[in-house]
Amino acid sequence: MTDMPRYPHRHLLGIQGLHPPEINALLDLSERYAEQNQGADKKDSTLRGRTVINLFFENSTRTRTSFELAGKRLGADVINMQVATSSVAKGETLIDTAMTLNAMHVDVLAVRHPDSGAVQLLSEKTNCAVINGGDGRHEHPTQALLDALTIRRRKGRLEGLTVAICGDVLHSRVARSNIHLLNTMGARVRVVAPRTLLPSGVETLGVDVYHDITEGVRGCDIIMMLRLQQERMQGSYVPSVREFFRFFGLDYAKLANAAPDALIMHPGPMNRGVEIDSDLADDFERSVIREQVEMGVAVRMACLEALAANAESSAGGAA
Amino acid sequence: MTGARPYRTAYVNARLLDPASGLDARGSLLTEGETIVGRGPDTLADGIPDDAAVVDCDGLCLGPGLVDMRVHLREPGAEHKETLQTGGAAAVAGGVTSMVCLPDTDPVIDDAAAVEFIARRARQIGLTKVYPYAAATRGFDGQHLAEMGLLAEAGACAFTDGARTIADAQVMRRALTYASTFGLLIVQHAEEPSLAANGAMTSGALATRLGLPGIPREAEAIMLDRDVRLAEMTGARYHAAHVSTASGLAVLRKARERGLPVTCDTAPPYFALNELAVGDYRTFAKLSPPLRAEEDRLAIAEGVRDGSIDVVASDHSPQDQDSKRQPFAEAAFGGAGLETLLPVTLQLYHQGALDLLTCLERLTVAPARLLDLPAGTLEPGTPADLVLFDPDAGWRVEADDLHSKSKNSPFDGMPVQGRVFRTVVDGRPVFTGEAR
Repeated sequence: MTDMPRYPHRHLLGIQGLHPPEINALLDLSERYAEQNQGADKKDSTLRGRTVINLFFENSTRTRTSFELAGKRLGADVINMQVATSSVAKGETLIDTAMTLNAMHVDVLAVRHPDSGAVQLLSEKTNCAVINGGDGRHEHPTQALLDALTIRRRKGRLEGLTVAICGDVLHSRVARSNIHLLNTMGARVRVVAPRTLLPSGVETLGVDVYHDITEGVRGCDIIMMLRLQQERMQGSYVPSVREFFRFFGLDYAKLANAAPDALIMHPGPMNRGVEIDSDLADDFERSVIREQVEMGVAVRMACLEALAANAESSAGGAA
Repeated sequence: MTGARPYRTAYVNARLLDPASGLDARGSLLTEGETIVGRGPDTLADGIPDDAAVVDCDGLCLGPGLVDMRVHLREPGAEHKETLQTGGAAAVAGGVTSMVCLPDTDPVIDDAAAVEFIARRARQIGLTKVYPYAAATRGFDGQHLAEMGLLAEAGACAFTDGARTIADAQVMRRALTYASTFGLLIVQHAEEPSLAANGAMTSGALATRLGLPGIPREAEAIMLDRDVRLAEMTGARYHAAHVSTASGLAVLRKARERGLPVTCDTAPPYFALNELAVGDYRTFAKLSPPLRAEEDRLAIAEGVRDGSIDVVASDHSPQDQDSKRQPFAEAAFGGAGLETLLPVTLQLYHQGALDLLTCLERLTVAPARLLDLPAGTLEPGTPADLVLFDPDAGWRVEADDLHSKSKNSPFDGMPVQGRVFRTVVDGRPVFTGEAR
């Protein structure tokens, strides 16, 4: 079909454990879709006749929309399922859900779940390919891929870049997936946060730890800001918004220590004036936050195509 | 006229005591403006400068002014008990030139404006230098972290919930973790609150005889044990205030042997008095933590001697008459301490437990280093904060003669040795006692 290297796995559950050629395969494919998405005709029929279900156990607008658009542009039938997680015994319900989906002959399932490991459990119980759309504080692989694609298109490479990931690393699946991907691809990763927002043993993930954002971003090529949840900045993990912004929020003064062409990224949705200065977030010279959203659709198209192709070939092999 | 040269003062004929450098020798000390410019046996050997004022120390001890790291000043909010003015007057009378005030005020010192208020008022008053602690949790709610980074920038020197224990283990863990982000120190009143609830004095035979609800000694060791484990887990600096029990001290000693950055202080009542001071329901002896058994008193004295207790602080807790003239269980906790800090600590010297220099070390350079204060030494170039005292001169503590606005001394009526004759802050004499 193609001479490009392929993504060889049945599912995409996380970045941890992937090898550079596998990551590159997905990024190269995404690159093609990024171009296609910028054209007038954005739709093809790669997944015609296939069923993609977005199964979201957590509220999400952007990620769900991004997956939905990706599936539709590939010609698949896309269904969104928003499942309330409260007031049910989750383990049992999850397996029940898997059984239901099996009966519907779904091809690809994109899942977001508030519990780490829930997506993997679902992948073990269903017959379809599963994409992790974010599980607990474990992984969010398509976010890391779209971040990598954005960086690669701007900087031409990942290897050798210095990337600072700043803010609530403790609760962040985005941070974990990005750390794995960037390390795998040869970038140098720093985390910058108060110690209350760092998981214990974070340095064992292969990052340099900073508690001072001015030092943490010094000489960096990329600065990734993370979202700090409202309920975590009222004294439990961080004393207050103003203290957090003073010491860990990104503004022009702190940015001045980064490389002159440093780019700013944010997985969204942003808290303006908490983790990032509002003007800076809108500065199209430095901020690639909108481009990240654009690349998100391309990356999810690539992931859907790769997994659908693998499902087809393994089904063909069995036949 | 020498024009712009700042005023100079020559302290001659002194016994110089500088624990920071181990100096204990007869000699002189010269200050210029706010700063010490020379001291030692040979200083001023070539004569006293013409423009210098001369203070003949008459062979008395001249040391760095005391650094008291635990003082309740009650302003703002309880000015009827103490103010920065009256507390300052008590401090300089006690030879204290730097004191660290607790955030147990109304409002609680938990924002930058309150820290700046204390600093500004103390500067205006111009007596003892005042460095504020700030609250570790907002409004002492025991749940939400205070803005430690901003407070430290405003001048808070460490963080504590004062007379309250940070009781919730998760909150304490986060407070230690967050503080360590900025290298800040957490100071804890280590007492398991559920065991201390409603207690009036230490548990034991005397409490039983008096019919008073007790506070078990274990309340201290249990909290210290928990805190030491949290300090180890977080790698944070931790300081236990006014340690009062043998078992509590043992916990800290072990932590120290394991190399943890854990420090502690005690207050004079805990090595000079025991539970018997409560005697016939004397509310002046109602302290928090409570006065303990004799074996605890001995252990605390030994801790000060061997250095496992780093610092002796006054734990000055002024309470007005209305708060103390109550049935024992109803009376407020706390004792005035600024003016008895030096003489009661000198008891350990007079008993032969430790030498004068070591005694002074626990009161000066040790707390200054712990809190990184510019104080506690006679080193040239440092602020001229001095105390001239006679370690042997005897007097009797008379509560009514205290400079503090509140007179609640647990040492009332006790004969002591060690008298302050002159206290100097930034080269200015701020207290002069009558000559012998």
